[in-house]
Amino acid sequence: MRKQICFSSGIAAAEVSERSKTKNTYFRFGDTMENSRGAAVKYDSVQKSYDGESLVVKNLNLDIPPGEFLTMLGPSGSGKTTCLMMLAGFEPATHGEIYLNDRPINNVPPHKRGIGMVFQNYALFPHMTVAENLAFPLQVRKVGKAEQQEKVKTALEMVELGAFGNRRPAQLSGGQQQRVAVARALVFDPELVLMDEPLGALDKQLREQMQYEIKHIHENLGVTVVYVTHDQTEALTMSDRVAVFNDGVIQQLSTPDDLYEDPQNSFVAQFIGENNKLNGKVVEVQGEECLVELGDGTKLKADKVNVSSVGDKTTLSLRPERVEFDTHDQMDNLVNGRIEELIYLGDHIRVRMNVAGNSEFIVKVRNRGEKRKLGVGDTVQVGWALNDCKALDAVG
Amino acid sequence: MSDATSNQVLTTQDGKPLKAALARALRREKMRSLLLIAPLLIFVLITFVAPIFDMLFRSVENQIVSETIPRTVVALEEWDAETGEAPGEDVYNALLFDFIIAVENKRHTQLGTRLNYEQTGLSSMFRRTGRRVDDFGETYADQFIDLNEAWKEPVTWVTVMASPSWIEAQKAWASNPTGPEPAFELSPAALDVLPATSDLYGAFAQFVQVEENDSPTEEDPWTPIYKALYQDLSANPNAATAFSGEAATLVGQAAAAVPAFETVSVKELFIDADEDWGSAENWAVIKTFAPTYTSGYFLSAADAQLTPTGVEMKPDDEQIYLFLFYRTLLLSIIITISCLLLGYPIAFLLAALPLRYSNLLLILVLLPFWTSLLVRTSAWKVLLQQQGVINDVLVWTGLISDAGRLVMINNQTGTIIAMTHILLPFMILPLYSVMKTISPSYVRAAKSLGANDWTAFWRVYFPQSIPGIGAGAILVFILAIGYYITPELVGGTSGIFISNRIAFHISSSLNWGLAAALGTLLLVAVLLLFVAYDRIVGIDNVKLG
Repeated sequence: MRKQICFSSGIAAAEVSERSKTKNTYFRFGDTMENSRGAAVKYDSVQKSYDGESLVVKNLNLDIPPGEFLTMLGPSGSGKTTCLMMLAGFEPATHGEIYLNDRPINNVPPHKRGIGMVFQNYALFPHMTVAENLAFPLQVRKVGKAEQQEKVKTALEMVELGAFGNRRPAQLSGGQQQRVAVARALVFDPELVLMDEPLGALDKQLREQMQYEIKHIHENLGVTVVYVTHDQTEALTMSDRVAVFNDGVIQQLSTPDDLYEDPQNSFVAQFIGENNKLNGKVVEVQGEECLVELGDGTKLKADKVNVSSVGDKTTLSLRPERVEFDTHDQMDNLVNGRIEELIYLGDHIRVRMNVAGNSEFIVKVRNRGEKRKLGVGDTVQVGWALNDCKALDAVG
Repeated sequence: MSDATSNQVLTTQDGKPLKAALARALRREKMRSLLLIAPLLIFVLITFVAPIFDMLFRSVENQIVSETIPRTVVALEEWDAETGEAPGEDVYNALLFDFIIAVENKRHTQLGTRLNYEQTGLSSMFRRTGRRVDDFGETYADQFIDLNEAWKEPVTWVTVMASPSWIEAQKAWASNPTGPEPAFELSPAALDVLPATSDLYGAFAQFVQVEENDSPTEEDPWTPIYKALYQDLSANPNAATAFSGEAATLVGQAAAAVPAFETVSVKELFIDADEDWGSAENWAVIKTFAPTYTSGYFLSAADAQLTPTGVEMKPDDEQIYLFLFYRTLLLSIIITISCLLLGYPIAFLLAALPLRYSNLLLILVLLPFWTSLLVRTSAWKVLLQQQGVINDVLVWTGLISDAGRLVMINNQTGTIIAMTHILLPFMILPLYSVMKTISPSYVRAAKSLGANDWTAFWRVYFPQSIPGIGAGAILVFILAIGYYITPELVGGTSGIFISNRIAFHISSSLNWGLAAALGTLLLVAVLLLFVAYDRIVGIDNVKLG
């Protein structure tokens, strides 16, 4: 029996792009810079090795302007957490210097750096109440009793936990503990807040909610935030800029939309969002465009990003939602493919196809309730624009 | 039932109460888990719990007096110790009957030993009297035999005292002896008119049959039985009327002659045997410790004593146990604190080091467990003695002079040093297991919040390690308070614990009652401390891992 699913042709690629553009112009760090009370951070050719044999962080140079929300994104073992720990002062840099507001801090102990930090498992002190946890940084700074209470109260209200001051952390839910951890990192008015995968332990819904809350707190306070995560959605949702780490090196440092729209190499294209890979060889170069011949002889036009000359091996990167079934002659690339599998996902339908010898070719079709049928085994023509297809460095 | 509301009893589909159904469903599980622990439980109950309770019971148990000299105890009830005079003749009479039974059963020395705990000298008094008590009835025996040779014969006594049915049964048995002789039975007539004689003769017959495996028809009666007979006949001159046949003749003849008999005072016989029998003080001790249960052992354990006028403290020069309890507690606390001070940094290091180093260190911590306790303690003797390694090194380096060698053993210092070393692992292990669970991110968080190293430790790390301190301290303290072998070997006289006294009473002085009382007091003290600890720190704050 052939699987028949209603589908709508073409996802509103333009809409997605537009939305992210709006968001970015709205949130771009430049806007908040004027009234910001954040600190500037600078990594100057920082290297880190634990065993003296291999580098965990290879020559990191990074400028973080005041008030920016910067996310270090990458798979585990990519060096992102090490970078954060060096900034916090818990790991010494093997080479290079880190500056906080133009002041070198390599020899400043952690407790004198004045950096707020939210830990992965929150690290709320279990033997203190929520209010005592929040008062702790104020007490060690010898802030007066009355001011302490005032600040703790304000901080608790900021995270909407005003009534929970007398509870122990163990009596709070995961989300509440997370908020307390954020409040504690902010209560002593640091200029820089570090967050080490702070939402990792929450469930999906709570995680999304907390993303917005942290984002709003950042907007309101204007502090600089350095955020570490391996979750790309989190990075795209919250950040002004994202630094994608792999193998101890920043692969790309740009705004979330640039990261998605213009990946600079195959790793970034793979790591951010979903991606179709087509391996081939450059056969013709024309300015910013190139013609790529795939293994089965299909020739495709692509944006020349990370290849230099004819004969280079390349991997074409193509977002699933940019591929259309409603093809017309003006399209830059037109290919026939066989439908292998249809997966109904409500708002869209994933179509797995065999295109040019690649049977993992995914097309996302927005569900518009139209009557047109797709069936497994059908051979159909798909097409996409040249700009959506990036010729990047070859992988696999 | 789907329509069951909250105030109705919930039931299953077939209408049984839900709770009962649940209990039945879980019963199998419970039985299984009970079976799994049963071997250990039974083992512990039989070999550990039951003996402990039996031992503790000895601290109040005092049957030996009332069981060994029951007649005396009854007779003493009338006597008032405060008169300062020895009791009257009747008490000595009762004592004679009790004593002859006790001597024949060889129990009078045990009683003497028991009473000697309360009053020195009673042991020898009992032993000395025991050798002579069989002669105490001789005056009466001679007179009865002079009156009629028949009183010398065991058979005569049987004729008078035994019930006719037993005599017949005995004859039947004698002609064909299979199995033991039928148990002796007193005649109703003798019981009625010769109560004292029946009492004593019954005890005699039982003793002969059970202990000597012989027959009352062949054994000479104890001489005090003649005294009993004299006593009964004096009190009841018409006794013969109760008897018939040969017995009536014998008893009638004796009853007629008795008023003319020469009498002797039993009291004087006892005092003659040992003059201490005339002391009202000794009798007061016997009366005081006559009840089946006594608080005497506990009072002794608390340096007090029971006197006829009530409880009072012992003379200062005899007080020892309260001081020993105090010293045991004090030294145990010092040892616990030393262990904590020495163990905390080690445990901290163990928890902070990477696994391969901490494993090595842990093995070093556990190394002492691979050596016998005795060897470790003896090693400390070698190190600490005045001609020992430490003193030699100190003299050699010139820190102390040869004449000023430190005394570090056979005193409290020795006990504290050796026991701290021996109990240290018991402090380190619970501390380590708790510290290992304290995530390093807490201290990091504290530092990132502005706390320096000390504040981060004291306000964040230390409070979280308290459960380990609690567990380690309780473990070390409870082990220390009952420690025996190490104080015995290195403690000298000033470094011994209460447990050494308990051991002394168990194995040397054999005063098990006092040992049990001391043990019970120690147990109670530990339990009280435990409760106090629970109140102050909270027992759920104790974590062993």
